[in-house]
Amino acid sequence: MYSVADLKKGLKLTLDGDPYVVIAFDFTKPGKGQALYRTKMRNMINGTILDRTYRSGETFEPASLDEREMEFLYKEGTHYTFMDQQTYEQVLMEEETLGDARNFLLENLKVDVLIFGEKAIGVTLPNFVNLRVTQTEPWAKGDTSGNDSKPATVETGYVLRVPPFIEEGELITIDTRTGDYSTRVKG
Amino acid sequence: MPYRKKNLFLRATVLQSIRNFFSLRGFLEVETPLRIPANAPEEFIDPLASENMFLQTSPEICMKRLLCRGYERIFQLSHCWRSDERGRRHVPEFTMLEWYRSNSDYRDLMQDCQDLLKWVAEACGAGNGIIYQGQSIDLCASADRITVSQAFLHYGGIDMQAAVADASFDEIMVTRIEPALAGNVPVILMDYPAEMAALARIKPEDARVAERFELYVGGLELANGFSELNDPREQLSRFVETNKKRQQAGSPALPLPSPFLEELSAMPPSAGIALGVDRLVMLLADAERIDDVVAFTPEEL
Repeated sequence: MYSVADLKKGLKLTLDGDPYVVIAFDFTKPGKGQALYRTKMRNMINGTILDRTYRSGETFEPASLDEREMEFLYKEGTHYTFMDQQTYEQVLMEEETLGDARNFLLENLKVDVLIFGEKAIGVTLPNFVNLRVTQTEPWAKGDTSGNDSKPATVETGYVLRVPPFIEEGELITIDTRTGDYSTRVKG
Repeated sequence: MPYRKKNLFLRATVLQSIRNFFSLRGFLEVETPLRIPANAPEEFIDPLASENMFLQTSPEICMKRLLCRGYERIFQLSHCWRSDERGRRHVPEFTMLEWYRSNSDYRDLMQDCQDLLKWVAEACGAGNGIIYQGQSIDLCASADRITVSQAFLHYGGIDMQAAVADASFDEIMVTRIEPALAGNVPVILMDYPAEMAALARIKPEDARVAERFELYVGGLELANGFSELNDPREQLSRFVETNKKRQQAGSPALPLPSPFLEELSAMPPSAGIALGVDRLVMLLADAERIDDVVAFTPEEL
């Protein structure tokens, strides 16, 4: 059980049955009044942001979260299936729960799956992934338009800006934290 | 110069200018013991114990006893301790400026606040205004005066007495009223509910409120001042009531400052105020956190 003294940015707790992470926190005490703990929390399942103010003496249930390494198996419709390589247990995640992570999921990629109770609620990707460019305009030599980047589509369907010299079929490294092009994979 | 070092230079200028301000106006600088047998008990302030005594949560008890002994205008810069208060605007050990004047009431203190803000601002080269957290503020401008009752109706959308009755007063103050006080001039929020002024005199023309005010600048609560209650029997019964509320909330009752109660009948009509010096420096330094204006935070010790 947490008390108000434990409140800080990053604390994960359970509220109305859902896991929340504290994203902003402020201790206040207006004019000889009582101590108030103002928090902003994000629902870890649907992303809803909540403002809550607590008083001394209030307690919270920690969010029992588990992170397990799993392999992405396949996508079917809007479902993504992951498997624990140790136990062969499989979990399903909806496209909207995955959010931007789905842009970088290629079959057999190993990710950390965040589990709340029995439910998979998110993934932590490697910081960098390699994906093949499936579509981009060819590099026009002598291009004087001054553009230093162009759009490219990668094998997951994700579209990003890449340098003009990147050609279709090339493998590139993408920073999953920003979604930006990082380097070209040689060879 | 690094930001924090610059702020400590600014802090020294602020302290110096406060001393100049009061000595030029005939206030005597006093030093009273920091370790005392009893503070004035407050429902929501927990003192730190030191052997069989307490560290002061405010120098008020000793300074008010000096008023009883005939000192007419006094001020003090001292450290105060309040247990478990740590946040963006709080450290458990902080610097307080308190000043007291006899044959005065809280209106005289409001004027002092205005004069002091202007004086300190000019000493720090901020006479033409400051920017605090993106808001430009004229520290020399005449303060907006608004009663707590008006503020609750206007910004809180609720009657002040109703908020006291359903215990939502503090929450509304923090979430709706304080943010509305972050304008471009200082604000004096005055006439607090009688229940929320343990040591203040009740307003003669309206028994529901006390002659107490808070000074806000840029949404920061800087000072709390009031006309002093000088009726020992009334004061004793308020202390007893405060301890009762503490115990109901599961906090220990606190010892009462008996010599203060014994001497209180000798206090002339007076007014006194406490101003958070760290907060004043935050304002002038445009610091978001109190950490940026102290030499050491508790975590750095």
